[in-house]
Amino acid sequence: MTDHAAIAPSEARTLRSYVYDPKIRGIFFQVLTLVIVVGVGWWIFDNTVANLARSGTASGYQFLKGRAGFDIGASLIEYSSDSTYGRAILVGFLNTILVAFFGIITATAIGFIIGIGRLSKNWLIAKLCTVYVEVFRNIPVLLIIFFWYKGVLSSLPQVRDSVKLPLGMVLNNRGLAFPKPVWGDAAWVIPVALLIAVVAAFIVARWAKQRQMRTGQQFHTIWTVTGLIIGLPVLAFLAVGAPLTFDFPIAGRFNLSGGSVIAPEFVALYLALSFYTASFIAETIRAGIRAVAKGQSEAAAALGLQPSTTTRLVIVPQAMRVIIPPLTSQYLNLTKNSSLGIAVGFPELVATGGTTMNQTGQAIEVVSIWLVVYLSISITTSLFMNWFNAKMALVER
Amino acid sequence: MNTKNVAYVRQEMIGPTPAPLNTRSASGWIRTNLLATPKDALLTILAVAVLVWALPGMINWLFVQAAWFGTDRTFCTTAVQGGIKPNGWSGACWAFVGDRFQQFMFGRYPIDERWRPMLVAILFIALLVPILMPKLPRKGLNALLLFVGLPIVAFFLLHGGVFGLQKVETPLWGGLMVTLILSFVGIAVSLPVGILLALGRRSTMPVIRVICVTFIEVIRGVPLITVLFMANVMLPLFLPTGWTIDNFLRALVGVAIFASAYMAEVVRGGLQAIPKGQFEGADSLGLSYWQKIRLIIMPQALKLVIPGIVNTFIGLFKDTSLVSIIGMFDLLGIVQLNFTDTTWISPVTPITGLIFAGFIFWLFCFGMSRYSAFMERHLDTNLKR
Repeated sequence: MTDHAAIAPSEARTLRSYVYDPKIRGIFFQVLTLVIVVGVGWWIFDNTVANLARSGTASGYQFLKGRAGFDIGASLIEYSSDSTYGRAILVGFLNTILVAFFGIITATAIGFIIGIGRLSKNWLIAKLCTVYVEVFRNIPVLLIIFFWYKGVLSSLPQVRDSVKLPLGMVLNNRGLAFPKPVWGDAAWVIPVALLIAVVAAFIVARWAKQRQMRTGQQFHTIWTVTGLIIGLPVLAFLAVGAPLTFDFPIAGRFNLSGGSVIAPEFVALYLALSFYTASFIAETIRAGIRAVAKGQSEAAAALGLQPSTTTRLVIVPQAMRVIIPPLTSQYLNLTKNSSLGIAVGFPELVATGGTTMNQTGQAIEVVSIWLVVYLSISITTSLFMNWFNAKMALVER
Repeated sequence: MNTKNVAYVRQEMIGPTPAPLNTRSASGWIRTNLLATPKDALLTILAVAVLVWALPGMINWLFVQAAWFGTDRTFCTTAVQGGIKPNGWSGACWAFVGDRFQQFMFGRYPIDERWRPMLVAILFIALLVPILMPKLPRKGLNALLLFVGLPIVAFFLLHGGVFGLQKVETPLWGGLMVTLILSFVGIAVSLPVGILLALGRRSTMPVIRVICVTFIEVIRGVPLITVLFMANVMLPLFLPTGWTIDNFLRALVGVAIFASAYMAEVVRGGLQAIPKGQFEGADSLGLSYWQKIRLIIMPQALKLVIPGIVNTFIGLFKDTSLVSIIGMFDLLGIVQLNFTDTTWISPVTPITGLIFAGFIFWLFCFGMSRYSAFMERHLDTNLKR
């Protein structure tokens, strides 16, 4: 260290003092580690190059432009077996995002209910919620996926015995078919109206808050904003003459025609991920609410706040600070667990990538795509949540 | 002063008055815990309705209607499906689980050699139980036997090929045995590696810190299944031409790498919770870095994160089920393999098998979480403010 020299500036240093100098030791160990890591890395690289050359696999991402030649059951974008591998992987990525998005919403909803339920003073409710958490937390998510897929959804009737549900929906072992909305020419007005409504809602909310800060008068922001966001698109829809028809699904003898179909694979994965992650989210919520000191709710009561206002303005904002970081990691876990769709044949990123890998033999390239995509999702979510967390964090003087 | 003769002073204590009726009677308990407010009453009624709707059906399906005994699928199928049950029957097919129980435990391990995994299991329990009981002495020796001795003995016993034991290749291993081996090795490797990675991440040496952070974040950022695929398809590519690496070993490497990264983050949480004074105190005593870590920091840090460590173990135990996707037959894999077996194929077989596998997983995980709660209480030194 630097103060070492300050103590004995003039003395000539012995070899022994160099050996025991923490700075020199540090440099030595770092160089040693670097040499080992680079050495092993080079060895691996060398072996890989030799192995690839022997098996005649061309490295690089050229294969992404090749014809995929396999079909994908569920796709958000146009895809056929003539499409490229790159497009197949893109389809998988979009499916991953789709199931993660709906899974996160459902898991959060169930998790909140169960987490608050476990804190309920009602003995029966608290016990039921505890049973839910203890059951789902201690079973592999893969098993829950299979449970839904093999156990529940495969016992649905065949196409010719389809169950007819209200609103033109049809349920059978091919999945849940529902009427597909077909938009008319003037339909572009609706998203535009929605956009205007959102912008207007923001302005109203800001104005209401500023007015409350200035004068203390409250404004029913929630109702106004809800009315705007729902009402304006509906008005626009009616104004251009309701340009919407439905394509109803028809159950034939062996096959469904028309409509949109939610595949059972998607449902199994979505339900399993939601139920499984909800048990963890419930624990997070419970811990967060319990972390708010009892004095806070007592002080709020002493100020004369009503229980609902206390929850909204005192308990939840403080609990959120504890809840957000673990909640983020649960969301990421759900997204990563969506890769288990491969087990039931839901074409998400790992499934389509795996098929590509089997057909082309481009293992390193496909794995690198997986790494990049999942790491980007993780990092993006972390950044967003860090920003959100910083916004929510306690401002201390 | 003599108070004994004073008439107005009581000579004996009054017996304690029983608690008010509304706190000790059943009706009082119901009123406070189930029907406190109208909202509570409504919720209770809803919950009871759900229970009344769901429970009898479940019990009926799982136990009353269940086929407990049988030798093939006819015992679990209705007349239409070619079985002996009346049409419209549905119930759990426990006969299937009973018939295939040995397979669920050992996979396709040769029947004559199954005493070997049994012996390993007995040794494992004999070494595990004393280490879990805080009162018993010689923890160091016990841990050495469990984490170093047992794996070596178990390898030779299970794999064979020496001492006149028949060689049993790993593709024949399966069932709960594989699940337990994978998780045990994962646990035994991830704890020391995780501690090293966590120390590396907190190190002042930039090169070591960057390497550790990269490793931890990359592995934690991707799903386990991609790590398993990586181990499965890329490990053979990384090794010199001609080296082969057993499939089972690949899965072990994948699981161990994955668990280590998660363990590192848990341990880091513990390290960060140790006050700076502890590090400085150790330094001022003249302890070396490793003495400081071993004697001062780790005992405190690990104790703080016991719940996190056990949660990682539980997660690892559950995650081993993913090896069934890369073609290994762990408990879940072997149960699934049996779904396609024509001897037992029936509409209720899959769900019965899954319920059984789920129950086994649940038993282990729930046991671990209970034990962690017990250790937390046991190690609590009551220093919390």
